[in-house]
Amino acid sequence: MRCVRRAASPQGQYQSSAAASPDDSARPAGSGRSLPGRGLLLLTVLVLLEGTVFRLGAASTPDVSGHDTKDHHKATAIGHNSTKKAFPVLDLDYGHIQTPFEISLWVLLASLMKLGFHLIPRLSGIVPESCLLIVVGLLVGGLIKIAGEKVPPVLDSRLFFLCLLPPIILDAGYFLPIRPFMENLGTILIFAVVGTLWNAFFIGGLLYAVCQIQTGNSSELNGLGLLPCLLFGSIISAVDPVAVLAVFEEIHINELLHILVFGESLLNDAVTVVLYHLFEEYSGVGTVTVMDGFLGIISFLVVALGGVLVGAIYGILAAFTSRFTSHTRVIEPLFVFVYSYIAYLSAEMFHLSGIMALIACGAVMRPYVEANISHKSHTTIKYFLKMWSSVSETLIFIFLGVATVDGPHFWNWTFVTVTVILCLVARVIGVVGLTYIINKFRIVKLTTKDQFIIAYGGLRGAIAFSLGFLLKEDHFPERNMFLTAIITVIFFTVFVQGMTIKPLVELLAVKKKQEAKRSINEEIHTQFLDHLLTGIEDICGHYGHHHWKDKLNRFNKKYVKKCLIAGERSKEPQLIAFYHKMEMKQAIQLVESGGGVKMPSAMPSTVSMQNIQPKKLPPPKTVERALPQLPKGREEEIRKILRSNLQRTRQRLHSYNRHTLVADPYEDGFDKFILKKQKIIELENKIKEMNNYLTVPAAPTDSPTMSRARLASDPQAFSVKPDSDSVPIIQVDLASPQSPDTVNVMDEFRRADQEENQGLMMRCPRGPSEPKKSEDTEGARDQQKLMRCLSDPGPSADEDEDEPFLP
Amino acid sequence: MGALQSAPGQPEYTDLAEKTGFSFEQIAVLHKRFKQLSHNEETLRRDHFEKIPDLACNPIRAQIIGAFFDKRNYRQNGEGSVEEIGFEEFLVVMSHFRPPSMHFTEEQREGIRREKLRFLFNMHDTDNDGTITLEEYRHVVEELLSRSGALGKETAKSIADAAMLEVASISMGHMEPDEFYEGITFEHFLKLLDGFEIESKMNIRFLNMDTATMFKSKPMDGNEFSSAYIKFSIPSIQQVSPKVNAPFRE
Repeated sequence: MRCVRRAASPQGQYQSSAAASPDDSARPAGSGRSLPGRGLLLLTVLVLLEGTVFRLGAASTPDVSGHDTKDHHKATAIGHNSTKKAFPVLDLDYGHIQTPFEISLWVLLASLMKLGFHLIPRLSGIVPESCLLIVVGLLVGGLIKIAGEKVPPVLDSRLFFLCLLPPIILDAGYFLPIRPFMENLGTILIFAVVGTLWNAFFIGGLLYAVCQIQTGNSSELNGLGLLPCLLFGSIISAVDPVAVLAVFEEIHINELLHILVFGESLLNDAVTVVLYHLFEEYSGVGTVTVMDGFLGIISFLVVALGGVLVGAIYGILAAFTSRFTSHTRVIEPLFVFVYSYIAYLSAEMFHLSGIMALIACGAVMRPYVEANISHKSHTTIKYFLKMWSSVSETLIFIFLGVATVDGPHFWNWTFVTVTVILCLVARVIGVVGLTYIINKFRIVKLTTKDQFIIAYGGLRGAIAFSLGFLLKEDHFPERNMFLTAIITVIFFTVFVQGMTIKPLVELLAVKKKQEAKRSINEEIHTQFLDHLLTGIEDICGHYGHHHWKDKLNRFNKKYVKKCLIAGERSKEPQLIAFYHKMEMKQAIQLVESGGGVKMPSAMPSTVSMQNIQPKKLPPPKTVERALPQLPKGREEEIRKILRSNLQRTRQRLHSYNRHTLVADPYEDGFDKFILKKQKIIELENKIKEMNNYLTVPAAPTDSPTMSRARLASDPQAFSVKPDSDSVPIIQVDLASPQSPDTVNVMDEFRRADQEENQGLMMRCPRGPSEPKKSEDTEGARDQQKLMRCLSDPGPSADEDEDEPFLP
Repeated sequence: MGALQSAPGQPEYTDLAEKTGFSFEQIAVLHKRFKQLSHNEETLRRDHFEKIPDLACNPIRAQIIGAFFDKRNYRQNGEGSVEEIGFEEFLVVMSHFRPPSMHFTEEQREGIRREKLRFLFNMHDTDNDGTITLEEYRHVVEELLSRSGALGKETAKSIADAAMLEVASISMGHMEPDEFYEGITFEHFLKLLDGFEIESKMNIRFLNMDTATMFKSKPMDGNEFSSAYIKFSIPSIQQVSPKVNAPFRE
């Protein structure tokens, strides 16, 4: 964890600066970029925020401080204008840090809310987080309003689209379950494209009809033309990925439904973008010709495919870059973030679908990047994306609440009610109708329950609000009414549907997501089935999608992987990669779980290799193997203990280094020492036990697993000194240096430690079995090597792992 | 619905349709393909399969072809293998890949599931002794990785070992050091792939067969089937779910 955080910090800085800059320009009065004007603006916002934020965030601070700072600041501001003044000993310049400070405060508020939400017991079971966050936002907005201040325009569209949305989408795209997504791509596309179009036109058209009927008694709806209605329809019809993610993550629905609803919410972006621009453009003109409709279709294709193309290009670039990062592991995660953000921005630059670009970018780069980067970088990416997206999501919901209080509302009962009802009706009709068509082509049909969940899961969210916010008041006098209706629909879907969907899922007994643990057998059979189905399709002479998938896979393996993945990994088939990943996971679990804990993995020690080995050959008793063989379960335990001890000693060897990821060396105190002592006693007992335990011999050397397991059973296994608090000899293996820096540091430490070690070894007692000195050092080196594979499995480390260590 | 309006002049298909659950269109399309593969002969031999160009780079080609000649897959409780198969056997083997209908009850679904898994199990259990031994399982993984050179061969063993360990731990729980796990029985196999949802995965779309690709993939024979392809593939797009819903019995 520590390493992850350290690696994350430079990106954090990057992010905050990146977040700050568009935010600056996004401020409403910031159009005049001149310095004094800007300073004035900052001042006003400061005054506004001062009162609000301090009241919220730091209730403990005395009230006076707020006023104090204000006064001081005014004084300094005036002071700048005056000619001469005493040199200020203590100066307060809030404006200087204001923007990042405010951003930090908002983020802090969001994080604290999230924290608090999970601290209250049983609350999360009843109310979805998104609802609660909106309520918090409402409260905050209310407080600001009560304080008589102007509410800052928090959910500004640019802030939303440029800063808050990308992390969530990237998180979704990078961790997109590609297999189910591709298998259901047709269905998703139909829902996303046809469904959204249907919704937009149905809602827009019927709203217009209602407006015409209502003309008599309510004057507001009088002037509402068809095009603004359709524009409103297109804004309100898109299912929102943020809201869907927030709700669906809590109900743990089965993979198929999840990917259908979520995929739809991602891919409808292109439709929404085009419809939005189209109607916005023409609502000024007033007429739409067939030509315009045709151009709209072309534009849709360009927006969607262009977005995917831009994303794919940047994804490939990112993958290619990650090929060369093996010497600077610390900045690896940065490439993933920066390339995807640039992809998003590039797509937005041409008004292409930024969301699709991000999804494509994340999905394209992931397999290659993951093969190239180290395990730690992978963890960093994972945590960073998750952290980032959850903060963004929290902020979005809070801002939605604040914006609700803030916004200039125009409440029209007819319009709002009709909108809510039409949204529901359109969604249900759309889903049922489209499923009827889709089911004719699907192998796995969608049942009525599925249709219900898909229809019910069509939540609207902040994207719709931001799009509505973008409308210009002078072009659309109905803007405020639109915004009110949009917010109502969002609240309705998020609160009513979001809160009831969980009980409904349970009531209908919709299939839940099964435990995500993927076993090696399932992986084998997935692969087997793929090839089998491809084969059967070929025998049928039918070029179905298995056939094309196979072709694509082969192309990928033959050319793409070679270009984008460094070293041996490019030739690794998927199954082997999966196996290595699984092994790695287990090894890390071993290391983390430490000494006495039982192995929690798929390979429990209760069943060992000898249980399944059919061999009845006599054991190969050679001279070197004079020592008793241990059952594999025991071996595992020894290995575990050895690894954990070695890991810890190794960690303490390093001092701080900016370019490598090492742990804090000064952390262990007295209690750790005691713990270690206990572990040593445990270890000694175990070794004694094992010496009594002369049982069945293992099979001869045949597979890497076996030989690796045997490694642990060698005499060196006993070589851990009882006093493991002392440092074992560290041989620096120059054959695979990670970076010149590391080697130097380690070399120095080695020298220092060897001396120290010698001294220690003199006085500490030996273990129950007597290891030879040379074996001791060699063993230590081997394990050092092993440790390095475990802690930083780059492409080169992989070779080490497969190499037999023993002569 | 489609069963009546199409192919009225082929009464021999009625029998097959009942037996395999395919619709007449599907049977017709598969029959054409059968004839195409067998060069208009009545039976198919192994070398016919081996000549299929797309199959050549399939790593588990041998096993797929083997499955077609395995009597266990004919739903007749037979054993051993045959040298050549007729159209009926071809169709019966193919019917294992038929997607289940939406209107199936849970029981029927479970039946389909068992049947599909049995097909897979038979592919692994080469000596037909009811268990997949470690040797057999290793062979499966080796075949899977056979396209990846020497690297694959070595790793295949350890993967199979790890997989076998997993099976043993799932199905047996705790084992004493002197116990011996003989291999995966079918019951264990069912348990092993419990969450695998094979019934929704092991399916092939037998309709919508593209006539163009069929022409492309048969350089050997002439135009005599072209009209038939068009005739049968166009209605097949409209009629999608197979009509016959009768559950299969093993």
